Amino acid sequence: MSGPKPKIVVEYRGNVAVATFTDEKILDESHIKAIEESVCSLVKQGDYTGLVLDFSNVEFLSSAVLGILIRILAGTKRKGAHLRLCGINEKVYDIFKITRLNKVFDICLDVQQAVESIPVG
Amino acid sequence: MTAGKAVNRSLVLKSRLAEMRKASRRILAEARDSGFSCDDMFAIHLAVEEALVNAVKHGNGKDPEKKVKVEYSADPQKFEIAVEDEGRGFSPKDVPDPREEKNLYKASGRGLLLMQSFMDIVEYNTSGNRVHMVKYRSK
Repeated sequence: MSGPKPKIVVEYRGNVAVATFTDEKILDESHIKAIEESVCSLVKQGDYTGLVLDFSNVEFLSSAVLGILIRILAGTKRKGAHLRLCGINEKVYDIFKITRLNKVFDICLDVQQAVESIPVG
Repeated sequence: MTAGKAVNRSLVLKSRLAEMRKASRRILAEARDSGFSCDDMFAIHLAVEEALVNAVKHGNGKDPEKKVKVEYSADPQKFEIAVEDEGRGFSPKDVPDPREEKNLYKASGRGLLLMQSFMDIVEYNTSGNRVHMVKYRSK
């Protein structure tokens, strides 16, 4: 019997943690909180140089998610780690452009590009 | 895409995010049935989501006894929605611009900007507890 689908799936590529969001729409408050807790605990634990958030399954997100991303960014900076976002589709990218958050976050095309952009060591 | 069926409805909801979620799904399903394009649906989805969450969280302070009234319609020209909460209201002019450097790293305050950017009309009543939005159908 399969359990509930995880909201994020994490894999490690060397010293980089790659977290892929599994749901098309990130908007439910409990969903948003679950994501924040999962990613923040990733940020706190582990010895990695970079965190990649993969949005390739995400078709839609609300402004509340942008707030979480800001907090995640602050957390990774405190840890001395690099944060990259990737796999963002055109409509979702519009949200980042309109809010100027495309200037705040390092947004890459895909996971490979994001991982390769993170300095080693 | 040709316009589908016209819609004209009113809802009265308790200030629970779960109830907002249900209402949002219903509103969007009906807008979709009315034949709006994918781009229009993205805009409508975002604006409806932000307006309902604002009404519950900021307007009614998540008090489940307070109501949110929603009126919406879809016709061959446009999608229209009004969301009213029972709060004291606010002045949209007092909302800091989240794009300014000093606000860029704040964790909140972007909902209104997104509503204004994606909808063709966003207007508030005098007290600021009712928002009216319109999205004209893309050609």
